[in-house]
Amino acid sequence: MTGTLDVSLWRGAAEGSFRRYQVPWRENQTVLDVVTWVQRNLDATLSYRFACRVGMCGSCAMTVNGRPRWTCRTHVSKVAANGRLTIGPLQNLPVIKDLATDMQPFFEKWQTAKGAFAPSKSRTDPIETIVPGSAGRLAADAAIECINCAVCYAACDTVRWNPDYLGPAALNRAWTLVNDVRDAANVERLAAAAANGGCHACHSHQSCQEHCPLALNPTASIAGLKRRAAQAYLTSTIKL
Amino acid sequence: MNVRLYVWQRLTAALILPLLLVHLIVIFYAMRKGFSAADILGRTRGSVAWALFYGAFVSAVAVHAPIGLRTVLIEWTRLRPRSCDLIVIGFGIVIAALGSRAVAAVVLP
Repeated sequence: MTGTLDVSLWRGAAEGSFRRYQVPWRENQTVLDVVTWVQRNLDATLSYRFACRVGMCGSCAMTVNGRPRWTCRTHVSKVAANGRLTIGPLQNLPVIKDLATDMQPFFEKWQTAKGAFAPSKSRTDPIETIVPGSAGRLAADAAIECINCAVCYAACDTVRWNPDYLGPAALNRAWTLVNDVRDAANVERLAAAAANGGCHACHSHQSCQEHCPLALNPTASIAGLKRRAAQAYLTSTIKL
Repeated sequence: MNVRLYVWQRLTAALILPLLLVHLIVIFYAMRKGFSAADILGRTRGSVAWALFYGAFVSAVAVHAPIGLRTVLIEWTRLRPRSCDLIVIGFGIVIAALGSRAVAAVVLP
């Protein structure tokens, strides 16, 4: 495939506009390749974020032709059949500059949802035996591969409408730990998930699972949290 | 939305669903039988069963609807959560008052 791509890139922060660039259209070209080509050949002031380029780090997510995507794993041929690309920063996050968003609110909510593992044993205790086929482990495994790229967060309508909502990634992470028998903070975690802006604010629109590049299903994780938190509330294990 | 509101909304929804079905069936039944207002009031006035039925219906709706409205206000307006709470508490009181008045009109002898 040869020719020229007509690429519009967001320039500015919260206020700004799309600027058009002409980029050589090559075979096996990713959207990240296009952004990099513009920065190296047309405008060195273009800001964007990436690290691994192979879908492992979760740094390079942007809005590509209206959808949040990993730019490193999105081939131009899949999304720009007519030769046009419009690339903006992720939605639902403050824009630092151009295509780079401030991820701080995303990770603060991850902390609010008690996304950090709380060990229940010391190094002197025997190692916990985890049965791979146990119900808890299977539920955790189904959600564990999240790399916090914030694609789900950018795709979520509830995040857009309710600034207090913790979002799919943080709640998905909480669900993996709720199902981890080694964790010691699940009462606090369920209380965090049950508070205002927690799992019960989710409308189950399922945009998170529709857009997740890893085909995870945060909506299912959140549904599990809703049930578990409601049970904990009704049995007075947690209080609001 | 938090777990307390979630549980109340689900419990009242579970109550409203069968009551709503019976309510609709009663409407169709009364229409097909061609009952007049006097026929209907003759059956409902002084009836403890209909008072309990519609009393429960109004109570459940007066709890259920404000919780949903609160979510709409929080997501679609710039009102603060506390303001949303006050508005929907007022909304619930209005539903309860109007509903109770309607129930009283058809069941009090």
